[in-house]
Amino acid sequence: MKLLTHNVLTSKCIRGVTVGYPLLIKATNVKVSEVEFKPDFVAKVLPKIEWDVLANAAESLGHWQNLPKELPNNYENDTDFLKKIHRVLLEVEVIQGELICPESGRKFPITNGIANMLLNEDEV
Amino acid sequence: MSRPEHLAPPEIFYNEDEAKKYTQNSRIIEIQEQMSERAIELLLLPEDTSCFLLDIGCGSGLSGSVLEEQGHFWIGMDISTAMLDVALEREVEGDLVLSDMGQGCPFRAGAFDGAISISAIQWLCNADKSHHRPVQRLYKFFSTLYACLSRTARAVLQFYPENDEQMELVTSQAMKAGFYGGVVIDYPNSTKAKKFFLVLMTGGNVPLPKGLGTEGDSNGVDYAKRERVKKQRGKPLKSVKNWIQEKKERRRRQGRDVRPDSKYTGRKRSGRF
Repeated sequence: MKLLTHNVLTSKCIRGVTVGYPLLIKATNVKVSEVEFKPDFVAKVLPKIEWDVLANAAESLGHWQNLPKELPNNYENDTDFLKKIHRVLLEVEVIQGELICPESGRKFPITNGIANMLLNEDEV
Repeated sequence: MSRPEHLAPPEIFYNEDEAKKYTQNSRIIEIQEQMSERAIELLLLPEDTSCFLLDIGCGSGLSGSVLEEQGHFWIGMDISTAMLDVALEREVEGDLVLSDMGQGCPFRAGAFDGAISISAIQWLCNADKSHHRPVQRLYKFFSTLYACLSRTARAVLQFYPENDEQMELVTSQAMKAGFYGGVVIDYPNSTKAKKFFLVLMTGGNVPLPKGLGTEGDSNGVDYAKRERVKKQRGKPLKSVKNWIQEKKERRRRQGRDVRPDSKYTGRKRSGRF
């Protein structure tokens, strides 16, 4: 699971959970894999990213690379910055671990890099 | 034709054997790719920009590969672990989530620039477990999908409705969830090439695009009138040329590969042959 996915993933599908965001990450295996760098995609997706959530998630995995705590202005042409963000968003991957719902404490296992968001019948 | 929905629930039906077909069977792969390309075309994404898309029922990531080719980044959700394993094996670029669409799309509001789905949502019309209620599951799916799309985004969902009632059920639940749009049918005159695309819009109501192979539908009334006049005059003599042109026209409507008409169409070969 990439951090971009984590940034949009919620547990609001559980009955009784209203926000279910952000999910806590507990990782036991993290991998960094090479992904083609597309500056325009990163620049386009950045306004949609919850910056604090991304910062906390990356920091907990130890891949934040000292990026600023707030989204700077005029990042569109700053290739170095976009490259770092690209690394955080798309290259850092949680292979094994679990996601924890902040409201109900429900755990979603991550195996082989795939988050299992299936719910039991009594949770829907 | 047998329908897989009647055999077993999707997480059971798409086992290792079935999943293997989606990497080895070139016919399945080709059809899936063609449908994905058409679905992306119907999404009307801005040209030359990479978008962030959701693939519902991504399976082995065949549709995802088409998205990658066009430079988009995608997240896929599917209920079958076997299919997702195949996707991992194929080393797709997109990210995968194991999730049941009938339980809702587990994503934050306004996250995606669009969504596609190839041959998946007909599974929602079936109650595979005793606690499944198809209408509720469809509504939950469409309402959470609506929420996780940005405001000008579209969702294009290709599906195989079993009958008119199913199509009606799916469309009505989508409208109830707040979408505009409807079903676009490609090649309606062909049994094989006929494909249903549910085109859903979150923004204002824009006229639906036309299905492929439906040209000339608008003057259907004129045609009927002319036909009647012709019949009154008695059956016209059918020349070879007329017959060939009619047949070519029929096959064109079915979406098959037909050579264009030229001045030589339906003419005898010259004496030199």
